[in-house]
Amino acid sequence: MRIRGKYESAWYQAGPVLGRPVGDWRYVRPLINEAKCCRCGWCYLFCPTSCIKEEEGHFTINLDYCKGCGICATECPVTAITMIPEEVE
Amino acid sequence: MSKIEVGTKEIIEVCDGNKAVAYGALLCRPDVVSVYPITPQSAVGEWLSRFHDEGILDAEVVRVEGENSSIGVCYAACLLGGRVFTATSSWGLLFMYDGLHFVAGYRIPIVMTNANRETPGIFTIGNSSQDMMSVRDTGWIQINVEDCQEILDSVIMAYRIAEDPEIMLPVMICYDGFYLSYRKEPVKIPRQDDVDHFLAPLSKTKRMVLAPEDPRVYGIPSFFPQNEGEGCTEFRYKHSAAIERAKSKIDDVDIEFERIFDRSYNGQIEQYHTDDAEIILVATGSCVGTARVVIDKKRQEGLKVGLIKIRLLRPFPKEKLGQALKGKKAIGVIDRSVCFGWHCGHLYMELKAALAFEGLPTTVPTRNFIGGLANLDITEEQIERAIELTAASLKGDAVNEVTWLSLE
Repeated sequence: MRIRGKYESAWYQAGPVLGRPVGDWRYVRPLINEAKCCRCGWCYLFCPTSCIKEEEGHFTINLDYCKGCGICATECPVTAITMIPEEVE
Repeated sequence: MSKIEVGTKEIIEVCDGNKAVAYGALLCRPDVVSVYPITPQSAVGEWLSRFHDEGILDAEVVRVEGENSSIGVCYAACLLGGRVFTATSSWGLLFMYDGLHFVAGYRIPIVMTNANRETPGIFTIGNSSQDMMSVRDTGWIQINVEDCQEILDSVIMAYRIAEDPEIMLPVMICYDGFYLSYRKEPVKIPRQDDVDHFLAPLSKTKRMVLAPEDPRVYGIPSFFPQNEGEGCTEFRYKHSAAIERAKSKIDDVDIEFERIFDRSYNGQIEQYHTDDAEIILVATGSCVGTARVVIDKKRQEGLKVGLIKIRLLRPFPKEKLGQALKGKKAIGVIDRSVCFGWHCGHLYMELKAALAFEGLPTTVPTRNFIGGLANLDITEEQIERAIELTAASLKGDAVNEVTWLSLE
């Protein structure tokens, strides 16, 4: 019998997992039109993965964690966010 | 009873099974309790809420909107090192079905009671083992009890089994709804000091705790050194091995319980007049009490008949049954549920498998008797009939393998 793990069940230390990018299955990405953005922070509040941050008066999206769900684009009151297809490199 | 009396000395109270459950849980000092009411178990939550209100239950009592949430509250609290308690029945048990798998897979030592009741589809508010049997493959330890005292004692023993570092599995104490949930009988309520003493070894065990400085992620085997499939396979194996270890643990805990409380339930199975018996009746749950009376009567008539009470349903005590049934000439099994696809009762199917596993001769006649569905009584007459039919099969008479007692 090959037993490889030290745990009785899937009880892993979260350290290595926490920094792991999980945005790699995204096929569309949000693009913020800075000219239209009214800085209301609605997208920041709605993002289910909390990957939108406010930095120096702008909202930026951390694409390591954005899964491209499009909730921010749907909820944006001034339609400043559009979802654009990811391109195969 | 005044609240001061609880636990300060051993008292005998005439109470029903639901209150016995509540006393059992109370004495084990849970940190979190979340019980959603459902007939016939509702009084469990009511009593625990009352104990909490009176200040004798020092626990977080979480009100939820359904059983799917109550198991969720419990498994989160238990995962982080708390001692938890919940209770349910029938539709509620099925509403937490995904939770049951979560809890067992995460290896979380929850203790839960289930008041056995018929399942949805054919709407009845009555007893049967159908609900308990339909979740027997979720990986929980399941114990089915006979009377109200055994309910209380089994809840206390359940924590010793569940939280044991070698086991770390959830335990479901099942008791017949209506028959035991509402039947009042004298129940000894042990002293708090004795229960604390009995549970003391658990305080030394190292449990997972909520530690923000060492965050954990649960339930995802894809972080396994090799891959998700191998990780899952290894954890399934470890789970299966742990539930096997529970068999001897249940016997050991029973012995230790007897040492402190002077009551014993013989661990996995109990044998009643089996030593010289040729015919054996196998049963579980509240009908065992009736069966004892019938066995006594038949013994007086000179029939060499004995009874085996199955307490442990999961893991199934196949080794103990194999020893107990060795050399017996005929076996009758009473079932209170229907195993679809086998056209017999669950216990019968399990027992037949156990006989084969243990290498007992397949030539021994075995007969199955289904009764007591939807709150029908399993009467003394029916049990006598079951013994007669089993005895007839031993003589070589043509007796159907499965007899539906209430449809005869």
